[in-house]
Amino acid sequence: MRVLVTGGRGLLGSAVVSELGRRHDVLAFQRHASQSGAREVLGDIRDSKSVQAAMDGAEAVVHLAAKVSMHGDRREFESINVQGTATVIEAAQRSGVARFVHISSPSVAHAGAPIIGAGAEPADPSSARGAYARSKAAAELIALAADDARMSVVAIRPHLVWGPGDTQLVDRIVARARAGRLFLLDDGAALIDTTYVDNAAEAIAQALEVCCEPDVHGRAFVVSNGEPRTVAELLGRMADAAGAPGPFRSVPSGAAIAAGHVIEAGWRVAGRTDEPALTAFIAEQLSTAHWFDQRQTMDALRWHPSVSLEEGFTRLRAWYASAG
Amino acid sequence: MVNPSPACLPPAGMPGLEPRWSRLVSARDDDGVSRTWHVLDTHADRSAEGIGLTVLCVHGNPTWSYLWRRVLASAPADVRVIAVDHLDMGYSERTGTVRPLARRISDLTAVVDALDVAGPVIVVAHDWGGPISLGWVLAHQTDVVGVALLNTAVHQPAGSSAPSVIRLARAGAVRRAATVATPAFVRGTTLLSGRRMSRAVADAYAAPYRTSDQRAAVGDFVADIPLEDDHVSSAVLQGVAEGIRGLAIPALLLWGPGDPVFSDRYLHDLEERMPHAEVHRYGGARHLVIEDAPMLVHDLWMWIDDVRKADPADPLGEAGGLPVVPTERLWAALDRRAVESPDEVALSEPVGGAWRAITWSQMARTVSNLAAGLAGMGVRRGDRVSVLIPVGADLVAVVYACWRIGASVVVTDAGLGARGMARALRSAAPDHVIAVPRGVALVRAARLGVRGHIVAASRLAAIARTGAELDPPDVPELDDEALVAFTSGSTGPAKGVVYAHRQVQGTRDLLLRHYRLTTADSLVAAFAPWAVLGPALGIASVIPDMDVTSPRTLTARAVADATCQVGGTVMWASPAALSNILRTAEELTDRQLADLQTLRLVMGAGAPVDAAILHGVQRLIPAAEVRTPYGMTEVLPVCDVTIGDIDAAGPGPGVLVGSPLPGVELRISAVDSDGYASGPLDASPGVLGEVLVRASHRKVRYDRLWSTERAASRDHGWHRTGDVGVLDVDGRLWIAGRLAHVITSSTGPVAPVPIEQAVQRMPGVEQAACVGVGPVGIQQLVVVCVTSDHRTGPADLPLIDDVRRAAGTDVAAVLLRASLPVDIRHNSKIDRTAVAAWAAERLAGRR
Repeated sequence: MRVLVTGGRGLLGSAVVSELGRRHDVLAFQRHASQSGAREVLGDIRDSKSVQAAMDGAEAVVHLAAKVSMHGDRREFESINVQGTATVIEAAQRSGVARFVHISSPSVAHAGAPIIGAGAEPADPSSARGAYARSKAAAELIALAADDARMSVVAIRPHLVWGPGDTQLVDRIVARARAGRLFLLDDGAALIDTTYVDNAAEAIAQALEVCCEPDVHGRAFVVSNGEPRTVAELLGRMADAAGAPGPFRSVPSGAAIAAGHVIEAGWRVAGRTDEPALTAFIAEQLSTAHWFDQRQTMDALRWHPSVSLEEGFTRLRAWYASAG
Repeated sequence: MVNPSPACLPPAGMPGLEPRWSRLVSARDDDGVSRTWHVLDTHADRSAEGIGLTVLCVHGNPTWSYLWRRVLASAPADVRVIAVDHLDMGYSERTGTVRPLARRISDLTAVVDALDVAGPVIVVAHDWGGPISLGWVLAHQTDVVGVALLNTAVHQPAGSSAPSVIRLARAGAVRRAATVATPAFVRGTTLLSGRRMSRAVADAYAAPYRTSDQRAAVGDFVADIPLEDDHVSSAVLQGVAEGIRGLAIPALLLWGPGDPVFSDRYLHDLEERMPHAEVHRYGGARHLVIEDAPMLVHDLWMWIDDVRKADPADPLGEAGGLPVVPTERLWAALDRRAVESPDEVALSEPVGGAWRAITWSQMARTVSNLAAGLAGMGVRRGDRVSVLIPVGADLVAVVYACWRIGASVVVTDAGLGARGMARALRSAAPDHVIAVPRGVALVRAARLGVRGHIVAASRLAAIARTGAELDPPDVPELDDEALVAFTSGSTGPAKGVVYAHRQVQGTRDLLLRHYRLTTADSLVAAFAPWAVLGPALGIASVIPDMDVTSPRTLTARAVADATCQVGGTVMWASPAALSNILRTAEELTDRQLADLQTLRLVMGAGAPVDAAILHGVQRLIPAAEVRTPYGMTEVLPVCDVTIGDIDAAGPGPGVLVGSPLPGVELRISAVDSDGYASGPLDASPGVLGEVLVRASHRKVRYDRLWSTERAASRDHGWHRTGDVGVLDVDGRLWIAGRLAHVITSSTGPVAPVPIEQAVQRMPGVEQAACVGVGPVGIQQLVVVCVTSDHRTGPADLPLIDDVRRAAGTDVAAVLLRASLPVDIRHNSKIDRTAVAAWAAERLAGRR
């Protein structure tokens, strides 16, 4: 099958390209060249002409490209995540693509309360927290609305993807730990689901296989390792894998969330574009439970995470050891 | 007189009320006047064709058909549920007339006829809906197949006054002020009962009674309560009260015992009129029992289902499929030994620093005289007698005298606490009390409406002397009730458990056979219940010098001295008592240590005993066989095991409690992924599930807990223990926890005990509790530990690794606490429900 993967360069994107590459003819579409060795074409999903050109001959699409950030200009989130998704969907429809896997986020259905064993609730742009989650919620609604007899669409929401080479989450935690600035909110007792990157990639590849089945298309599925852990343990394991000291300070979450708001606002006023140290969104994510009921996902996708958290942390440790 | 107004439909938006149920129905009353009722009807908007049953619900005062909304909501498709608003009540017509009981019965007849109700019918009623609907039932007996009554009354029991609330409300001026002029009575009804009621529901109850005109009948209803014999409704109510004695249809009484109006004595009056009625008292529920007891509607439908299948829950008076071998009566061995060895010691007890010995002939005479004396006072076969006397000769005499009469002994031990005892006594409702002064005080404080005598223990000797001149009472039947005992209450309020003579005899026979007890044995009775069984076993007993209600007061020296008195061969003691014996063992003189060595059998009692304690006892008395039993208030004993067996077996899928005793059968009902023990009865090894026991010495039933009894006895002849366990290839039982504590993970049910045991074997861990957090079916395992360094918060990485390795299964989180909550009565069982709630809150993070 000829598969177009948008956003094939990040941690998850490159894992998806490599996973799909074993079975399919993969073309990666992204803004900057990668060293993955996969066939790739450079372009921006905001540019419908280059998207349409890349789509030529594709039978399936995995749409990962997005602005993933806890901070940033609302208009940029909208133009990339919402408009970009609409552009990719339209191009796929014009090209007669039969299978479309849209990569979403569990945050699209999260209004801030603890998530304790929930399934994939409907995306809701009005109650999702922060510009990123709101834009992803709108994008998922656009994608799923395109599900019809000619093109089957499924949305996959991997939760907190991490793995070796992760610059988004692991590297930042390790950097803070090394600087002695890794702190816990409250006791770090909130129970959180995460997803080892290979499991997320396999779930996405499997979603492409079963995309047209009646229990799959038109629906959204949360994907995680199904092994929720306390925030304290997760941060501790990541720091430990890199040989850095574990988290040692406890900050009351209320204060952290308030501080997050202040820093965020300050950043905006100062016009800075690099990531602020802490946003209210992250503080909330790391102080409330987020874990999911994976039964429907596993049944519908006929998928099961193949890499346990324990094995994942072993691989992470090996990666840091070899990366120095 | 108030202004008439027409019937109308309730406004939309009342919680739980579906607008499609509401309809207005017109019919002519006895005066030929057309009246209009508001009725809730599951089939208001559809054909009643194919209906197999109609459930007619009748409310009281001052409620309305809203009371029954959940009954309508959960009706099966082939059942029609109708709930009528009485005229002048709810949303029915305000007639401007006063309608006494007889008229209300004929009104109900008129509206039911207009609704085209065809039999069979089951009637469900609450409060004054009881007399009204029962009046209708008596006139329609061919159609009615069952009646369920919730906190109601048909009669003012003799010698008692009306409830003070009602007397007050009936007093002329107060009545108008309370019931009509102000909404106090209407609002009070929901306030009195509505601890769990939301504001919106309370408002819905009050909605049709906003104005004094709307409330007129609320006052008329109260005025219609016939407290005087010449009252207009007196004769009609009397007719209903006597008429229901002839009702042979299934009956169910669902009761909120905290009702200040319809208190337990009205329940007892109904039980006396309908002795075949099933009864369930919902602990903590009050007048609006249907709102206070969340399970009531479910239980009601379960009962209706049973009635429809004409297969009511089996009372299980018989041994549940086991061969019934009639055995010697409970007092037979006592009588025999009085003849064979009249001057030998039957019971020895410490009194004022010395030992008092009672011979077999003395004991037999006392029992026989006391039986005749108590019978002469009016203690009858079938009566319940609460005995609040410390363990000793007086207690033994009273128990056997009651058994000889056929009166049932209500046993409440101090371990329940004063509140628990009062609650237990109210549920068992003894007809008489025999008590020491402290017991009398407790009974008075509990405001127990004792119908018969409250006898001071100091009067027993005089009663026995009187009895010596009287004829002995007739011998009771084997299936007469002998005993009401109470469960520990560690998993909710203590439940009353009823035994008949047959089952108590069965327990006695099992002990005799299994422990090869003969007249050569004598019993050191450090555990109160077994002290009473000595005479039935025909063996001498000695009571050590201790406060039997406080096992921790038993010292090694007291045991040695007691053993020496009778050359004791068998000792029963609770884990706490055994632990204290070991703690004080170094105070023993050589002589006392030698005295202990006559013991050939030491048995734990009351709760499983730790291996460490059993080892200590074994070292203290090397020649004795040391055993710990498994059982529960509902059937005891079930299994037992020696310390040698436990050592030889090593770690396993729980706590090894041994093989079933002779005549006891075990089955396992597998736990499913939702935590229900839904599996078929299975005797094969390796299945984790609820433990079921079949034995002829099993309880007859739970007391006034119909729904609990039905659930525990749903497999004919078997008792569901609520424990989970596994059988091994040798047929031995390993207990893995309580069914309610099973963790329903996404990979299947997980029992807590094996994991806790494995974690507790880790160095540095003192205690562990394994609990689940999250929704049923996908719960995450959490291990909560108390470590020797008493840290708190999430565990560090090395400890988490160790716990996961020990547990052998996926543990989401390891949390540390300074201590774990334990149950009040045994002070040893970890309260996993409380631990789980705590862990869930911690792991949810910020709220």
